[in-house]
Order: sequence, then structure tokens, then C-alpha cells
Amino acid sequence: MTLRFDLLAPELTLMAFILAVFCQTLFSRSQPRAGVWMPYAAFVTCLAAASSLGAEGLEFYGAYRIDALSQFFKFAIAVGLFIASVLTSRNPELAERHESDYYLLLSLSAWGLMLLASSVELVTLVVALEISSFSLYALVPLRAERPEAAEAGVKYMLFGAAATGVSLYGLAYLWMARGSTYLDVLMSRPAELASSPLGILGVTLFLAAFLYKLALFPFHFWAPDVYQGAGNETAGVVATLPKLGAVVVLVRLAALGPHGATDAGSVSLLLAALSAASMTMGNLMALAQRDVKRILGFSSTAHAGYVVLGLVAGTAEGLAAASFYALVYLVLNLACFWVVSRYSGDGRNLTLDDLSGMYARAPLLAFTLGVGAFGLVGLPPTAGFTGKLFLLTSAWGHGYDWLVIVAALNTAISAFYYLNLVRYAYTGEPSSCPPSVAPGVAPAAIGALLAATVLLLGMIPAPVYEYAAAAGKALLP
Amino acid sequence: MTQFGYPVLTSLIVFPVVASIALAALRDPRVTRMGAMVAACVEVLLAIPLLAGFDAAAPGYQFREYVSWVPQWGLAYSLGIDGISLIMILLTVGLLPLTVLCSWQYISQRVTAFHVCLLLMAAACIGVFAALDFVLFYVFWEAMLVPMYLLIAVWGGPDRRYASIKFFLYTLAGSTLLLVAMVAFYKAGGTFSIPELSAQTYSFRFQFWVFLAMSLAFAIKVPMFPFHTWLPAAHVEAPAAGSVVLAAVLLKMGTYGFLRFCLPMAPQASTYFAPYMIALALASILYGGYVALGQSDIKKLIAYSSVGHMGFAMLGIFLLNMHGLEGALLVMLNHGITTGALFMMIGFIYERSHSREMADNQGLGKYLPAYMGFWGLFALSSLGFPGLNSFVGEAATLFGAFEYSTLIGMLAIPGAMLAAAYMLRLSLRMAWGQPSSVPGAVDDHHGHDGHEAHEAPHGAHGHPWSDLGSREWTCLVPLAFLALWLGIFPAIAFKVIDPPLERLLTEFRARQAAPAAMAQSDGRAAQ
Repeated sequence: MTLRFDLLAPELTLMAFILAVFCQTLFSRSQPRAGVWMPYAAFVTCLAAASSLGAEGLEFYGAYRIDALSQFFKFAIAVGLFIASVLTSRNPELAERHESDYYLLLSLSAWGLMLLASSVELVTLVVALEISSFSLYALVPLRAERPEAAEAGVKYMLFGAAATGVSLYGLAYLWMARGSTYLDVLMSRPAELASSPLGILGVTLFLAAFLYKLALFPFHFWAPDVYQGAGNETAGVVATLPKLGAVVVLVRLAALGPHGATDAGSVSLLLAALSAASMTMGNLMALAQRDVKRILGFSSTAHAGYVVLGLVAGTAEGLAAASFYALVYLVLNLACFWVVSRYSGDGRNLTLDDLSGMYARAPLLAFTLGVGAFGLVGLPPTAGFTGKLFLLTSAWGHGYDWLVIVAALNTAISAFYYLNLVRYAYTGEPSSCPPSVAPGVAPAAIGALLAATVLLLGMIPAPVYEYAAAAGKALLP
Repeated sequence: MTQFGYPVLTSLIVFPVVASIALAALRDPRVTRMGAMVAACVEVLLAIPLLAGFDAAAPGYQFREYVSWVPQWGLAYSLGIDGISLIMILLTVGLLPLTVLCSWQYISQRVTAFHVCLLLMAAACIGVFAALDFVLFYVFWEAMLVPMYLLIAVWGGPDRRYASIKFFLYTLAGSTLLLVAMVAFYKAGGTFSIPELSAQTYSFRFQFWVFLAMSLAFAIKVPMFPFHTWLPAAHVEAPAAGSVVLAAVLLKMGTYGFLRFCLPMAPQASTYFAPYMIALALASILYGGYVALGQSDIKKLIAYSSVGHMGFAMLGIFLLNMHGLEGALLVMLNHGITTGALFMMIGFIYERSHSREMADNQGLGKYLPAYMGFWGLFALSSLGFPGLNSFVGEAATLFGAFEYSTLIGMLAIPGAMLAAAYMLRLSLRMAWGQPSSVPGAVDDHHGHDGHEAHEAPHGAHGHPWSDLGSREWTCLVPLAFLALWLGIFPAIAFKVIDPPLERLLTEFRARQAAPAAMAQSDGRAAQ
């Protein structure tokens, strides 16, 4: 069997850059600055990922599938890495000597996620997951002399390790039930897997690590704490990239079993219940928060619930909608975190009161925050609306109508705290102790670009959605 | 495309958006105001082809535009208008320059952003009335929330924070269920196209639930008792232009929704729920009027009167007969003109006295004769005085009500009487009450009521009351003309709205019978 390198273009491109930045950590830690050249490298990775969007193939003894789904997510991960690299290029709380380490860990994590997107064998999945996770564990405490960052790092790692442990336990059960760790073997007779208690137990336990990554209830407790403790830029990374990896694996696993509420006791019913709890819990908890990053943390829990909406339906459209929403969520959240990190100036956490008067001090950032927040509510014409519309439409009529109604009502609950962000930014008068510096032209322009992306994805979703739809069809023809 | 060779409706929606982006680059308030005014006038010119090319007698939707939007989900950018949407769009477009003009002095802070919001608002409203795709309708429906929220939250009165959040959450909560109904319709009918969805028949059970979901969204927007509580708050706090748009256009979206969605798509459920809706409409009429009677804040009074008037519109719709529907639509149009003008005039008086309290704006007849003349005209119109515009709509609704049942008609009559009571009381005090300020004599409090603890709101910081300026005349004359014209020659409005309403009613009645027959045959099959 020969390896077809052209299929692995995004992974190999990124790997080359990772090796380069690794060499830099060894020899020349500060010159040239990794923050200067890494965004370009990430952009090249984006191009590589975009060029391989249509690729298909099976590599590494059937453990590594390159299909529409994996390529869509690799592209999304590359885009996320690019924005995250730009975001990190000015991180006030990162010592210069740590910069190349930071980028090494960041890109290694993204690389692990790319592997995750293509893994179709359980052990490979776990290995890819660990590559991405361990890099992030090390990333979180990299915040200048802050004990709370260390606390966040420890919390993130302990939770993560426990969840992975549970997952491995589930893997063992699955292997016991079917004698294989290949997804296509597990999938070949789904009815049997779903009807054997061992199989259901195995799948459920195996999901734990990914639900943890997604911050779905009841695996969400780390999210607000870690977001708050980690630096603004790091929180932006932790909030977005790993979610993509979790969604891609969940989409693959969701294609495993039979679906619909008729199948009592199925994993999808469990997911539906978790989804409803996640939305409601996340939104209700977010109502009481004052720290912007904590708000975004609980909001991510709520959004994890929305994504799962697409999975429980178990149709090609549902999987496509979930994939599309994951991309939308990535851009929306990065837009919000962009504003938080650039407006904060010296890297401290922002509370709602700090946002007061943003419209006067940084009008474009205020606009970006507005678009991001209304996008997270799901208001048109942002991408948040189109994504949510696809999700709700795909889930209706498959026995989970109640979940659709819960999701719709949750939109109304969530409106309050997202509106709060906009209210402070647009109607609050500048407070007496404003964040130190007014951001310059470049951050505002990039923020406006992110906002424009959100609006464009909302108004013209068809070209991008096409790839998500292809991904859904590839799994469930 | 249309006979004009370019997409007329799209130009009406896109132009304000483009203009607002261009405006956003401006900094000087005076330039911005001029720019917004020019943009608003161009928008009016862009609407002329609608008037010229609209064929009132032609069946179906006109000025159709269709572009596939998201083919995977069958979403389309599909526009088109009939007589119902035409008058609502004309109202929206026509009020745009007037709202810009009436904010000329009222808005002094963040002028650019204000006009950007006004223009975006207009674009979204036109989109709502022109959309023929459910999702597109929803997009515009929701998109309108953000500029309106900002209009209240940024340029509103002292309690703007509460009012704006209440407005936003109330309307959003309603529309989330509309979203669910929309999704359910897609799964049941296989399309998002409004004409196609209206042509299909659904089971009664389905109609029952979607009717409830949709009516909640629309009833909040109307607003119908008991979902009206956001309206007085929003109206009182909103700046004058915001109140005008809110009263004249926004509330109409609710009634428009009932006409465009509930009646054609859920005909049986509409019949089933009609008595309840009529009861709520009557409650709105009586409650709105009664509460208006007790207000001392002029703006709040007009806001509650809106609840009453929109109650008439709702009553007309659910009488489910021709007179009722005609009346409802005319009330929608005339309420837009009359109440829009009244809110504008409250803005004018607020610029002078800096108070909305009746007690601070009394006895103006002597000092502001032209102002009180216009006020009298619009107040009479508001209470449904024969010969003025609102009379036609209310009379038609009452005809419909008596046609439906004498009891309902009798119950609605006190509503009309209450309107006379509160409007006359208000106008009386404003025109001939004990003057609340003597021009130039601010220091002399002459102790009326002694409750004026706050800074004397008398005649703009001691300046004498000044009567209407040319800018204000320009705002009011077109509306006064319309009020008289539509009062004396209502036939022109009937000509436009009758064909679509007749079609609506014929189809409604036809589909009332058809599914019943189907249900019978089902029953027979079951036996």
C-alpha cells in the first residue's frame, strides 16, 4: 500500500510548519517572532485545506478516511487556526520567550484535531484526541504570573483526563461487544450494536471524552472556569477549535446507529435529553454572569446543545446542519473573543461594565461584538440564524419535535444576556476607568472582517453549506 | 422582473441599506441629516414605479422577483406584492422622509447612527411586507428588531433601558414560536413559499398548533390584550421618530401576519379560534380605551389608544367577513397616518416644553394656534370623526361586527365612544386648559397644582412658545392631506384592497368546506 501524499495535503503542510516552529523553540526563541510568521503559515494551511476539499480516500490500513466530512472540518480547523494565530500575534500576557512554544502547542493541537477529523478507528481517534488535548492543557496556564491561569490549567487537565479515562473504558466495552475498533465494522450491523446492552454502554461511555470537549451538560463545568482563568486569546482558542474536533467525531458516531425516538433507550434519546439540559442550563447560568468570558463559557454550553440537535435526527441533513453550525459557531465565537482580547488592551478580564462606551472608543469593535452577539442569539441576517434554521428544520419530524421547541424557547432566554453585551457596548456611557488603550486600526479592521464573514455566511450560506451537505451525504447516503 | 426592467422591490429594500452604509462614513451631524433626507426622498421616488405599475384588478402577486437562495433547503429570495402589501409599503416609504424631518432637532446625540437605524428599519419593514418566502419574511421580521431596539435604547427617554429590553425580549419570545411554526410548515408542505403553503390543506390538528404558535408571535406584535404591556413602555421611551415608525409600521406587521399567514394557511383553526380572538380584540378595544382615559402622560395616552385601535383591526380580521376585513385593513392604514401624526406632534411639543405631561402642555390654543389646529384635525381623525380617514375603517369594521352578530357590534360601540372621551378630554385641556406657562414669565410659577418640582418645563427655557416652523409644517401637511383625502374619497383605498381581500375570503371559505368533506370521507372509510 502506497501513501498518497496529495490526500494528506493539509496535515502535511501544517506538520511542516510545526516542525519549523519546533526548530525555532530549540534554537532561536525570539527571532524571527513566531507571532509574525505563523499567521502566514496558518493561511497557507487554509489554502492547502481548501484545495483538498473534494479529496477522498482511505489510508493507514483503513484507520484514516479522507472524505467530504473530514475535509470540511479540516478546512474549518485551518480557518480557526488562522484566526487564532492572528488573535495570538498580540498577546499582552505572553512573555516573548514563550511565544514560539505557544505557537508550537497551538498548531500541534490543531494538527491533532485534523487527525481526529479523519480517524475512523477508535484507537486512532483516542490518540488524535490526546495529541490535541495535551497541547491545550499546556496552553491554558501560559498567562503571565497569574495563579488563576494555573488553576484553570489544572482544572482543564483533570477533567479532561477523567473524561478520557471513561472513554477508554467505553472503548473496551465496544471492543468486547464487536471484536473490532473499526467504525465501519461497528457500523456494519447497527441494529445489533444498538440492541446489545454492552454496545449501548460502550458507545455512551466512549462519547464522554467528546462531550467533555464540546462542554455539553453534564460535562460543562470546566468551561466558564477555564475561560475565565485562561488569557483572553487562549480562551478564544479553547472555546472554538476543540469544539470542531468534538463535533466531527460525534457526527461520525451519530451515523452509527438507528435513529428516532421510536427506538427507545437508544443513544440518540440520551443525547436529546443532554442537549435540552445543556441549552437550558447554559442559558440560565449565563443570565447571572458579569464576566464576559464566563458569559461566553456558559453560552458555549448552550450552543453545544444546539449542535447536538442536528445529531439526534440522524439524517444526512441533520449531520450537515451540525457540521455547518460548528463552522458558524467557530466564526461567531472568534469574533466575540477577538473583541474581548483587543478591547481589553492589557489582557485583563472584561466585565460587562468595562464594555460601556465601546461604541465611542472603538466603533468597529462594538459593531463586531454586536454582530457576534446577535449571531449567537440566532438573529438574521447573521450566520447564526441560517445555522440554527438548518438545525431546527433537520430535527423536526423525527420524533424530537419537543427538542426543537425547547431550542426555540432557549433562543428567547439567551437573548437577554447577549443583548446585555450589545446594550453595554452601545448604550453605556464610557466608564471612569476605561480599559487602558484604544485599539488601533488593524484590530478594528480584522474585527470588521470577521463581522462581515458572519453576515456573508448568513446571507449567502449556499456555497459553504454545499460542502457540509456533501459531508452529510457521504456518511448517510 | 417587472415591466420596469429592474427589480423594483429589491431596489426599495437595498437602497436604504446602501444609503445607511454610505451615511455611516459621515461625521458632521448637519451633513448626515441632509444625506438621510436625500436618501429618504430618493426612496420615495423609487416607490413611484409601484404606484404607476400596480394593477389593482390583476389577480395574484405583482412585481414578482425570484432568485434561488439556498437550494438545498428550498429557500428562495422571493418577493411580490398585492394590494394589502402595497398600501403597507407605501405607508412605510411615505413616512420615511417625515421621520427624518421630525428628528431634525429632536436628535442631537449620535446623529449618524440614528439615521442609519431609521434607514435599516425602513428596509426591514418593506422586506416584511414584500416577502413571499416564509424564511425571507422571518429574516426581515427579526432583522427589524435590532434597529428598533437601538432607537429606543440609545435615543429614548429616562426609562429607555427597561423599555427597550422589554420590547426586544417580548417580540423575540413571540417570534421563536413563529420559527417553530415555520419549520413545521416546511416539513408538512415541503416548501417555504408563502403562496404554495397557502394553497395546501393541512389537518386540523396541525392547523390548531401552528395557529397558536403564529398567533402568539403576531398578537404580541399587534399588540393584543393581554400581550400589550411592552407597547406603552416602548412608545413612551422611544424618540418621536421611533414612536412614529413603531405605531405606523411595526404594529401593522402583526395584523399583516394574521392576514397573510393565519387565515390562508390555517383556515379551519382560524374559524375555530375566531370567537376567542374576537373576545380578545374586544378586550383590547375596551381596555385600551379605558386605560387611555386615565393617563396624564400624553404619549402614554396615545399609546393606549393604539391598543384600542389595533383591537379594531383584529376584530375586523376575525369577523371573517368582507366588511370586517376591509375595515381592518383601513384601520391599519389610517391608524398609521393618524397616530403617526399624533406621535410626531407630541415630539414637537416635547421639543418646546420638555415634558409629555398633560399638565405642562395646557392652554396652548392661544400660543400655538396652528399646532392646535393640526392637533384638532388628527385628534378628531383618531376618534373616528365622519369625514376623516379613521371613520371609514371603524365604520366598516362595525358594519362587519353587526353583520357577524349584533351583540359583538354592541360591545364594540363603547370602544368608539371611549375614543371620543379620551381624545376630547386631552384636546380640550391642551387647547383651552389653564395655561401651564405664560411665555416669558418662567419665574412666575403662579402655583398651579404646585407639583412642578422639576425644572420648569415652561416654553423651552423661558422662551415664549413658538408656533410651528416650516419644517414642522412640512411634516404635518402631507399627513393632514391624507387624513382628509382618505376620509372624503375612501374609494381609492377600497379599489386597491378589495381584490386581494375578496380572493382571500373566497379561498378561505372554499377551504373551510373542502377539508370537512375530506374528514367525512375519512370517517366513512374508517367505518
